[in-house]
Amino acid sequence: MLVKEVTTSRRFTAQRGSKLHRKIALAGFLFVLPASLFIIVFNVIPLIYAFYLSLTSYDPLDRGGPRWQGLEGYGDVLGSEQFWSALKITAQYTFEIIPLAIIFALGLALLANRRIPGIGFLRGIFYLPRIVSLTAVSLIWLWLYSRDGLFNYIGTFFGGGDTPWLTSPDLAIHSLVIMRVWKALGGNMVLFLAGLQNIPVELYEAAKIDGANSWNLFRYITLPGLRAVAIFVVTTNIIYLFQSFSEIYVLTNGGPLESTMTVNMLIYREAFQYNRMGQACVIAFLLFAVIFVFAYFNLRLMSGRGGKR
Amino acid sequence: MSATSLPKNTRQFNPRRVSSRKIWQASFRYVILVIIGLIVSMPFIWMVSLAFKDPTEAFAWPPTLFPQNPTLDNFTNVLSQTILPTAFLNSTIVSLVSVVTNLGLATLAGYAFARLRFPFRDVLFFVLISTTMIPAAVSLIPLFLMTKGFPLAGGNDLFGHGGIGLLDSLPGLILPHVVGALNIFLSRQFFLELPDELAEAARIDGAREFSIFWRVYLPLAQPLIATIAIFSFTGAWEDFLWPLVVTSSTDKYTIQLALNSFQSGGNIQWGYMMAAAVLATLPLFLVFLFFQKYFVAGLASGSVKG
Repeated sequence: MLVKEVTTSRRFTAQRGSKLHRKIALAGFLFVLPASLFIIVFNVIPLIYAFYLSLTSYDPLDRGGPRWQGLEGYGDVLGSEQFWSALKITAQYTFEIIPLAIIFALGLALLANRRIPGIGFLRGIFYLPRIVSLTAVSLIWLWLYSRDGLFNYIGTFFGGGDTPWLTSPDLAIHSLVIMRVWKALGGNMVLFLAGLQNIPVELYEAAKIDGANSWNLFRYITLPGLRAVAIFVVTTNIIYLFQSFSEIYVLTNGGPLESTMTVNMLIYREAFQYNRMGQACVIAFLLFAVIFVFAYFNLRLMSGRGGKR
Repeated sequence: MSATSLPKNTRQFNPRRVSSRKIWQASFRYVILVIIGLIVSMPFIWMVSLAFKDPTEAFAWPPTLFPQNPTLDNFTNVLSQTILPTAFLNSTIVSLVSVVTNLGLATLAGYAFARLRFPFRDVLFFVLISTTMIPAAVSLIPLFLMTKGFPLAGGNDLFGHGGIGLLDSLPGLILPHVVGALNIFLSRQFFLELPDELAEAARIDGAREFSIFWRVYLPLAQPLIATIAIFSFTGAWEDFLWPLVVTSSTDKYTIQLALNSFQSGGNIQWGYMMAAAVLATLPLFLVFLFFQKYFVAGLASGSVKG
């Protein structure tokens, strides 16, 4: 029976129910088992666990374990000024960085999209901030922004020179924004470069024959051609920046006067300084929801047909 | 390179083919690119400069771009008197283990998801990939509690009570970096592109499924291996939040925590700080230099257009 099946079908393409088919299925199952188990235990279960914790009040130092309180924690957080302030700061931070990081990265990609001598080296330079860790970057900028640092030195030529870059509640968040734009530039540029190189040359050639000028080429070929990349860049930047933590922890620790207290900083503080694990999980889930909503509407908005581009 | 020197040189080229307007545009482009390059690299130039300055010069006003008396003291002191060497070693171990486990588990799983048929394959794949959407902050707290309650570790009993579990230990640091769902995704996408005939031929020869993966497909996956290795290494090396949460004693610090300790101590030594930043950046920089083409993967493929 088995032999017949194998011989009548195309040789060795596994038949449903055949011995080979079962062997392959078993192998496949065994191959994905270790990785899947790991991800289920350390990614899926924590999600469920976190949701459970968000419905409790839990101090790990308290012997009693998590105390059930239902949705009360969500009410507390949604009613707290601190949460809304942190959310506002996080959104401000994210949406100040993204337009700057996108426009500069696109400009840089357009400039660097030429096969000219030394362009590989220059692209490498532009990409450099991307590969240095946020902690190291923060230390460098701590000096740049310090009282005796470069920015205050440059400021002396413009009549300033004693700007409290990181110690003024009005300024600190913008100083962080400048640093993050610098950090994000290279990574976004590389994606835009890849996008530019995927636009067929024939489109440009055909348009040139039809007498299009360079603005028209840019407006009607380059920009629409970069749409998919732009959607990707904006979406990933939203997801990433909404979770900003390291640079803020290192440079301002949420201050001065809580002016850089992002949601992730708030979660860290609630969980590991005040030992309010349940409350921290509530904030984490609300952050998750906010990121999801922004990412979703961004996708809808940018890929919608009625869009400008 | 100045904008004025270029047009002169072009006379030696073919002036009829290259219009002077094009030359001006090209040199203008160069000048802009170089200026932006200088601005972008400025923070790094100052980092290196400060790392080679003695303490008095580091605080000098106005700041000097080139050290007057370049010294290696910052590097030798940071390496002999601070926790940096220990942290460097810890981070190296954590990052390398993450590379090995990711390569082993993710390529194997990705291969099976791409090339082998088994029940619930697509559902399972979807579940695994969905986990990449979970923000780190959501899993942070449960992961911390699970690490603390890890059975039979750090003085814990079988039910995870009594001790600190894997907190403040290297295995605890590695835990979230063992295998990334994104690497499974990358592996699946890669193996989907390869032809099925290779496996069929091997099966006719009676090869076992694992050796088909190991001997036939994996050797074809060098770009994939490089990409996963880079992402795993840099991911573990750059991680800050998890080590911050999971470690408490300085001898378990990772490199990023050690870096942070240079500014949180109160008495700031710019030279030490920048020397440490240079050392912490060096491995990533080398990885980048060595594997640059995988970082900018899309760029190498296809000619430059526009």
